[in-house]
Amino acid sequence: MVSTKVNLGDWELDNPIIPASGTFGYGYEFAELYDINCLGSFSFKGTTLEPRFGNPTPRIADCSSGMLNSVGLQNPGVEKVVSEELPKLKKCFSKPVVANVCGFSPDEYAKVAEILSAEEQVGILEVNISCPNVHAGGVNFGSSAKTAEEITKRVKAVSKKPVYIKLTPNVTDIAEIAKACEAAGADGISMINTLLGMRIDLRRKKPILANKIGGFSGDAIFPVALRMVYQVYDAVKIPIIGMGGISSAEQVIEMMLAGATAVEVGAANLVNPFAAKEIVEALPAAMEKYNITNLKDIIGGAH
Amino acid sequence: MKQSVFTIIDNRPIAASVFKMTLCGDTSAITAPGQFVNLKLDGEFLRRPISVCDVEGDTLTLIYKVVGEGTEKMSGYKAGTELDILSGLGNGYDVAKSGEQPLLLGGGVGVPPLYLLCRRLVAKGKKPTVILGFNSKPDVFYEEEFRALGATVLVTTADGSYGIRGFVTDAMKDVTYTHFYTCGPEPMLKAIHTASTTDGQLSFEERMGCGFGACMGCSCKTLTGYKRICKEGPVMAKGEILW
Repeated sequence: MVSTKVNLGDWELDNPIIPASGTFGYGYEFAELYDINCLGSFSFKGTTLEPRFGNPTPRIADCSSGMLNSVGLQNPGVEKVVSEELPKLKKCFSKPVVANVCGFSPDEYAKVAEILSAEEQVGILEVNISCPNVHAGGVNFGSSAKTAEEITKRVKAVSKKPVYIKLTPNVTDIAEIAKACEAAGADGISMINTLLGMRIDLRRKKPILANKIGGFSGDAIFPVALRMVYQVYDAVKIPIIGMGGISSAEQVIEMMLAGATAVEVGAANLVNPFAAKEIVEALPAAMEKYNITNLKDIIGGAH
Repeated sequence: MKQSVFTIIDNRPIAASVFKMTLCGDTSAITAPGQFVNLKLDGEFLRRPISVCDVEGDTLTLIYKVVGEGTEKMSGYKAGTELDILSGLGNGYDVAKSGEQPLLLGGGVGVPPLYLLCRRLVAKGKKPTVILGFNSKPDVFYEEEFRALGATVLVTTADGSYGIRGFVTDAMKDVTYTHFYTCGPEPMLKAIHTASTTDGQLSFEERMGCGFGACMGCSCKTLTGYKRICKEGPVMAKGEILW
């Protein structure tokens, strides 16, 4: 008998599998297909203060071993998330959820964080300072240690729940940013957001995405994400939620050996709507195959 | 929505770069004409959405045009090949709103979803008129198939090499109809929207991520709020479209 339980601080998850923000909506599209309570948790769609449509379409492009998106944080705004989405979500998911917080200014981050952290269903906040698809803020806050620290402090000051900062890989030294977040009081790190990428339509000879560039995710980014988690694990003591190209139980184990306490599954959900569930189901057998009895024991084991 | 494995029975060209693929599998999730399926292809990351042309028992018919890497790959698949398919996606057309003389207008690879729609309308005793628009004679397909259903069929070609010279909107001027249904390139949909004298339903296309409402990749703005082409669409009512 193996144990798949992991702890994000005081919060014990049945297993480390968390569908990633922006790939799982508010859960109910998937709840029509299977009982999503088998998941460790899930991270709902990035939430801003005001409703957002996001970027013009096309905002999706295939890349054979991954995909580009430039959705640009489409969401109904924090007020509607609290009044409409969370109650609907409660009907299909009984565990705490990860609330993905976005913003265009430190004030907006603080405001959204304050509102979402007060919700009983919210287990932790995942503060997205790394969305590559918004011009005004987002990625800028995650690109320097100074601004990452500022957002962390502002959110920590108002949050009633643990604060995880979601980092961008599009920086020179991600470990330095992670250290700054830890020093500013972050309870954990969530990483990595998408890598900046582009595709050009050969017929039109123009970029496929209306936004020209977008975030690259999927199978191809797994080694990059794994390397970064490994580096950040060496730099900080707070837990890491690792993500980037995960689509199998073996990759979950690999990511945890690199230093992740839990993992998020993103693009895989869009290709196979049962991906997260299948990974949860495959995990015990994969653990047995590699002689792992307790998943908690392997975190950072590759160091 | 259902995920299941379909087996290709037949896959052959029927017009310039246009192929007809017949598959066998569990079609129970397909409930309305105008819905689509999402196909997993070897070596491609994202699935490829293709509209349902016809469904009868466990037989599914898809008609697609080779426009890129995915459809190029599809055109090479042989009978016996198994495909992982998400079926029953999107809202589809509402046949209840047709009235007695519905008008169906299809442009190019926008034609296929109108076939199952036409078949359902005829089965309800309606008298549909179908206008099929193509660029040129080698592009024309399914004229006889629609006629065999009992519909009145008009074909237009932009270069005049077959049927009526011009666009579907040139042919629709002289038709009396109670409601219209259309699918095709966006400029065509817009022209029909402007020219139409009744209420109608228009089917849209967009690059999709998941095809089932999770990623928000294919959203559009409408007069009744933001909609996902894959989930609340692809069919929109005339009155809600924001160009």
